[in-house]
Amino acid sequence: MKNYEIRLSGSGGQGLILAGIILARAAVIDNLRVTQTQSYGPESRGGSSRADVIISDQEIYFPEAQAFNCLLALTQEACDKYLFDLREQGTLIVDTTYVKNLAMAAEKTYELPFTEIAIEKLGSAITTNIIALGFMVRLIKVVSEESLAQSLRETVKPAFIDLNIKAMNLGFELADNYGK
Amino acid sequence: MPNSKKTTKTTKAAAKETKAQQTDTALKELESKSKRKNVLMQGNEAVSYGALDAGCNFFAGYPITPSTEIAEILAAELPKRGGVFIQMEDEIASICAITGASLAGAKALTATSGPGFSLMQEGIGFAKITETPCVVVNVQRVGPSTGMPTSPAQGDIMQARWGSHGDAPAIVLYPDSVKECYELTIRAINLSEKYRTCVILLLDEVLGHMRESVRLPDMENVRVINRIKPTVPPHWYKHYDENQKYLSPLASYGEGYRFHVTGLTHDALGFPTNKATEGAEMMERLRKKISYNIRDLVQIESHQLEDAKIALFAAGISARSAKAAVAIARSEGVKVGLLRPLTIWPFPDEAVRKMLQHVETVIVPELNQGQLIHEIKRLTKDKSDSNVIGLQRVNGKMITPNDILRKIKEVM
Repeated sequence: MKNYEIRLSGSGGQGLILAGIILARAAVIDNLRVTQTQSYGPESRGGSSRADVIISDQEIYFPEAQAFNCLLALTQEACDKYLFDLREQGTLIVDTTYVKNLAMAAEKTYELPFTEIAIEKLGSAITTNIIALGFMVRLIKVVSEESLAQSLRETVKPAFIDLNIKAMNLGFELADNYGK
Repeated sequence: MPNSKKTTKTTKAAAKETKAQQTDTALKELESKSKRKNVLMQGNEAVSYGALDAGCNFFAGYPITPSTEIAEILAAELPKRGGVFIQMEDEIASICAITGASLAGAKALTATSGPGFSLMQEGIGFAKITETPCVVVNVQRVGPSTGMPTSPAQGDIMQARWGSHGDAPAIVLYPDSVKECYELTIRAINLSEKYRTCVILLLDEVLGHMRESVRLPDMENVRVINRIKPTVPPHWYKHYDENQKYLSPLASYGEGYRFHVTGLTHDALGFPTNKATEGAEMMERLRKKISYNIRDLVQIESHQLEDAKIALFAAGISARSAKAAVAIARSEGVKVGLLRPLTIWPFPDEAVRKMLQHVETVIVPELNQGQLIHEIKRLTKDKSDSNVIGLQRVNGKMITPNDILRKIKEVM
């Protein structure tokens, strides 16, 4: 497996870096090599934020994603900024709660109102990141789902494990039913 | 009374439980001292665990992005292990506190970033002239001044060498991976103890915050060096006694040894002196303990240089860009290699001279307006420096492998 490059993008407070850490830790559990980097402003909420995860079975030299195999965009700004760095066969996942215009339709484009679904089904937008992460992992299968669940348990605070497992499973379900 | 006792117990048990829940996977991994497994770890975490494994038992600092996690982790971990963590009022106080702690026998470390590093310069000079072991971690961010706190830059390479006034040598280490953050933190502490000086560990913002899959070495494979203690009775003790290779034993306050510590030029007992001979002797001592031990101090990585026509010279995170560029260039049949210093000061003159004999061109990618490149130019034999080419970036973004490849194609 050559480098598989993922960018999770949106704005500060949407939990993208946490999602990146959970995904990266799942890759470690699967005995793969991984780097996870991030970029964010000095503010703790708002401003643009992104997390990159590169997964490989070889040594990873440059740790930032450059040509994405998969891009998750939770805001219009992030989508506009990074869309054109998606590989030709790459997977694009957008949150239509905030992304209203797609400047370019990737071949594999998945559009769902993740934030609205989080509020409606789980009572809060706070789980948007994990719903989207579950959705992504079922689609791209870059880590095993067992490892993702284990990583999630090891990473989030104990009080939030159940809620996040629910969110992850909801993400899986949404992927199975997509387009049906 | 029995009631209050019970309450204490319950509170303690509750606290213990909360702590257990908060224990991070990486930390659990650290606590198992052998058969360590692969874990996901951040550069700053690796620095903290390296410090703990090297025996650091004192941290005084003023938390600053992008080094904050080091203070955060050591604040939680040092007290558990009988160590001390103090959050100081500023960085001047921080460097002074770790110097004082070290004189009392502690293995002391602080962590900061550019603005704090500037404030620490006078204290670093004091640690050097008083030959007091300590380590300063500087996770660099964009400057000058407060710059861009969450973006990478390599602007402090020369400051790490020349930041303090006066003319003292420096030992500065520079990792390029999370694993090396761990290893070089241990090495920095070891070298500070061995050479009785302030050792600086430079990190890049990206590396401090980056997470990677790493397997730390088992504790039985970690080599820890402790300062040499005097064997003479207290009345014979000289604080700056010239021993083999200019490394002399160091007593701690509180052990019955009396010594004087001053930032003024001093004699072997530590008392101020204005005598030319004694002043020269002290300066020679500071110089020689570094320059007579270059082989012990300098570490480099030679990456695919054997048959290279074009060499890259890069340190820290820019070396990761360079390694990616080497891999792509090689896949296209272009003979490129990389020389990477793990020790940037003292500068690896010998390795660079050897490289310059074999390659036609050297490209120096760095996240500043040109600092390391001047060291390469200094070593070019014929003083013509047209074959040493800079690649610089100061906008808070990393140099990409493609930036380097473009430069390689320009010079081909």
